[in-house]
Amino acid sequence: MTALVPDRLDDALAALAGDPPPTVLAGGTDLMVEVNYGLRRPDDVLSLRRVAELRGWRRDGDAVVLGAATTYATLLAPEPAALLPALAQAARTVGSPQIRNTGTVGGNLATASPAGDTLPVLVAHGASVELASVDGRREVTVADFLTGPKRTALAPGELIVAVRVPLLTGPAEFLKIGVRNAMVIAVANCALVVDRPTRSVRCALGSVGPVPMGDPAAEAWVADRVDWDGGSAVEAAVAAEFGARMAAASRPISDHRATADYRRHAVGVLARRALARCFPGGATTAAADGGGAAPEAA
Amino acid sequence: MSGAVYDLVVNGASRRVEGAHGGDSLLHVLRDRLGLPGAKNACEQGECGSCSVLVDGVLVCACLELAEAAVGCQITTVEGLTPAGGEPGDAALAGDVLTDVQQAMVEAGGVQCGFCTPGFVVAIHDLLAHTPEPGPFDVREALAGNLCRCTGYGRILAAVEQVVTVRTATALTTPAASGASGGPPEASAPPEASAPPGDSA
Repeated sequence: MTALVPDRLDDALAALAGDPPPTVLAGGTDLMVEVNYGLRRPDDVLSLRRVAELRGWRRDGDAVVLGAATTYATLLAPEPAALLPALAQAARTVGSPQIRNTGTVGGNLATASPAGDTLPVLVAHGASVELASVDGRREVTVADFLTGPKRTALAPGELIVAVRVPLLTGPAEFLKIGVRNAMVIAVANCALVVDRPTRSVRCALGSVGPVPMGDPAAEAWVADRVDWDGGSAVEAAVAAEFGARMAAASRPISDHRATADYRRHAVGVLARRALARCFPGGATTAAADGGGAAPEAA
Repeated sequence: MSGAVYDLVVNGASRRVEGAHGGDSLLHVLRDRLGLPGAKNACEQGECGSCSVLVDGVLVCACLELAEAAVGCQITTVEGLTPAGGEPGDAALAGDVLTDVQQAMVEAGGVQCGFCTPGFVVAIHDLLAHTPEPGPFDVREALAGNLCRCTGYGRILAAVEQVVTVRTATALTTPAASGASGGPPEASAPPEASAPPGDSA
């Protein structure tokens, strides 16, 4: 096993065109665990550590473009966090300072764990992934990029170079359930974003299906019930019904972290709570949110 | 699998690595090839923080760094933290004199079995380099990635408080000397090494 550590993206893509292609190493928080435990023994590793073109973020019109090697810690910096608050909230729930200093948004996408914390946020935002190879570039939506548990649309020789996240105007929430507030893989998570100009609400659920789960009909249903011209409050009963609809849209499994029943219940609570936080002030919302009752029972 | 030969810059000195396996983590190379056992090997999956080191001034788990990919980086281990009054990389001094964080861990009873201590010490130095006067929640969040199986967290938090108190008092009484109050050599490094060259508004 040899480590390739190129400085330039072109050199990285040329290396990826090899046969067999090297295994890509970004932050290492997933790959190195497998290597340490002897689960993987790659022939060659392509480290992205020094490829400056993959680092950092920039504003590009109505979007933020995140280099694939952007760390969770960078997403938490004041400027990106102000532009993409739900993504910053998600980044803050990932691992520990040590993990957030190394783990990257491109790595989260490429690993495509059903529990990946940035994935529901990116799907809710309608983000897209920019892929490059020696043959050229293409862009696919994150929703299309994630094809299954740990499966992506990445073709041989392709590298994630950036993520384009459209900016929205309105409140945004990310909520997560796990056994601790740190260093925890999500039992369930939920991203909910609001765009006032288009009067739209988008919600994606994580760790309750093979990929982030959504329900466009439930989003449209709740958008019709927001008092957009008034105080933008949502009635508690609407939030409860929304939570129930999102829970019904989930397809959780039982595993060592939680049962499917618990996940379905929990993610419904998260969706209801996220909606109530984005549209506060609805009648009896606070009481309903504080009760923690199942959306089905509310 | 090959016995690659490469150089790592550890605690200010270039060190030749020979005979390491291709997939070896930085943790294995530090401990088994370079004779630096301060970073501890427990979980090998980034969960416990006992292998915390600084790579280019950034706090990371050495077990998740591919050693061969860290060529050219500035690596600082607990052995390379500089005691008060020392120069960065002053290994002779570092071997004999405790840093203020280590001293406070001893005095506050933050050391029980000691296994997690080096990782905590590196993480605390990193925290205080970026946030000299952290609040209680800042400290808890900053140390959330370091596990103490003796569960001696209360004493560890007390040690942090003690360091902050002493450093703050020292800075107040001798402002000119505040730069030599025992921070790690990378205390002046940028807080976010991956900060983009082209951040735009």
